[in-house]
Amino acid sequence: MDPILAAVLFAIIKISIILLGYVMLFATVLTWLERKYSALIQDRIGPNRAEVAGLRLGGLFHMIADPIKVLFKEDFMPRTENPIMYKMAPWLSVVPPMVIFAVIPFGPGDMFVISNAPLGMLFIFAIAGLGVYGSVFGAWASNSKFALLGGLRATAQMISYEVAMGLNLVGVFMIYESMSLQGIIVEQGETLWGFLPAWGLFLQPVSFILFMASAIAENKRAPFDLTEAESELVAGYFTEYSSMKFALFSLGEFIEIIAIACIASCMFLGGWQIPFVDATGGIILTSLQILAFLFKVFVLVWLQMTIRWTLPRFRYDQLMKLGWLYILPLSLANILATGVWLYFAA
Amino acid sequence: MGYKVARPELNIFEKSYVPEILKGVGVSSRHFFRNIFGKKDIVTVEYPEVKPDYASRYRGHHRLMAREDGTARCVACMLCSTACPAHCITIEAGDYGDTDVEKYPVKFEIDLLVCVYCGMCEEACPCDAIRMDSGIHTPSQMYRKDGRVGKVDLMALGDLSIAKQGGELS
Repeated sequence: MDPILAAVLFAIIKISIILLGYVMLFATVLTWLERKYSALIQDRIGPNRAEVAGLRLGGLFHMIADPIKVLFKEDFMPRTENPIMYKMAPWLSVVPPMVIFAVIPFGPGDMFVISNAPLGMLFIFAIAGLGVYGSVFGAWASNSKFALLGGLRATAQMISYEVAMGLNLVGVFMIYESMSLQGIIVEQGETLWGFLPAWGLFLQPVSFILFMASAIAENKRAPFDLTEAESELVAGYFTEYSSMKFALFSLGEFIEIIAIACIASCMFLGGWQIPFVDATGGIILTSLQILAFLFKVFVLVWLQMTIRWTLPRFRYDQLMKLGWLYILPLSLANILATGVWLYFAA
Repeated sequence: MGYKVARPELNIFEKSYVPEILKGVGVSSRHFFRNIFGKKDIVTVEYPEVKPDYASRYRGHHRLMAREDGTARCVACMLCSTACPAHCITIEAGDYGDTDVEKYPVKFEIDLLVCVYCGMCEEACPCDAIRMDSGIHTPSQMYRKDGRVGKVDLMALGDLSIAKQGGELS
């Protein structure tokens, strides 16, 4: 077989396994998990009614029942000047987080990553920058003032936190001297002073905290969910969306949770590296390493969800102050400190 | 002159948010694990299967009480429809003829969509004829005319009452 054709086929197989078998499945489970988890945090029961053959399983079937319900709902569309923009917006908010998975390595080597790009992180920044178009187009084309206000908030918030998010990872690039995710993960396999894995979390703790904060803000979830503040703006930029278009917005949010968890675990938690095991090869070790990666992603998803159901919403001036006056200068100072440290360590 | 509100000063750890957020995550997780493994603090009542206990004086759907011979205790005195602040009770009186009870309701109709469930009617009633102690929620209807509940339906909910006519204690 033609080697190029074989490579393309192999890539398509990998894309379908990673996107359909992992990302979409996890996002669907998250729609149920978030409802159930938030309910248990708040001393409620949560979804428990959907049943198949008399089985309820704590409402697990709601993750199937919800999409079916949403698919059969009336797809209402407001009178708008930009119907194409209106229809494009949900896809613009669901596709960029999916594309991020093109460079996420799920295991060692070229086998478990769709594209082992040498500048993978730049690709992620470029794609993450597209995410704002979904909310802006949706808000503008909805022809509604609530949506427009939500869209304005989303634009300002995403642009200001994108700067901070990018700068927070510069320290990691400087330490591991790479911008490829696979390269960064391989560097994290070493052990520091004999007891600490050389993870970004331990070498760049400030970066980790600031990155998680700005990534949650980038994803527009509580405590940064001003764009869809239900007490002020009904539902923010997707107020006028119904049916599957509405579901696509929340699906995009869930996929972005997973994407953030994947990026953060590659950058700060050593990706697929198992602590103190600086080796690759062998089927058992490789599958253990993939499981380790999935576990780290799950832990970070849990962290994001718990924070979302713990904290109240920021005020808008607090949000801007936090972004520009605290996170941005702190990340710049972190870059400077890392540079000084690297200069004297060398 | 306004008040000077003393706001609590945050120390450096609280201002950095991180320890406080971790504390909050701890509180959330404590609730989560307690609700899964330990003593459940869940306050939700799963309504159709589990019914909440109503207070004994809960005012629900009206009912008309009956005498021992099965006729309505109501003597069509109009006190309830006079007391009703929403004017939802319509009574048409009829004549028994030669008995010691002069009147009876030919028609006794309550518009449940107008009723405010205040309980004035049962307080006004001198005959223990109308009661609101059935414990049934106000029912819902498809059409407005179905909200007008007549004597037959109200009697069907009713029961035997042997209280002395005229409000005396038995």
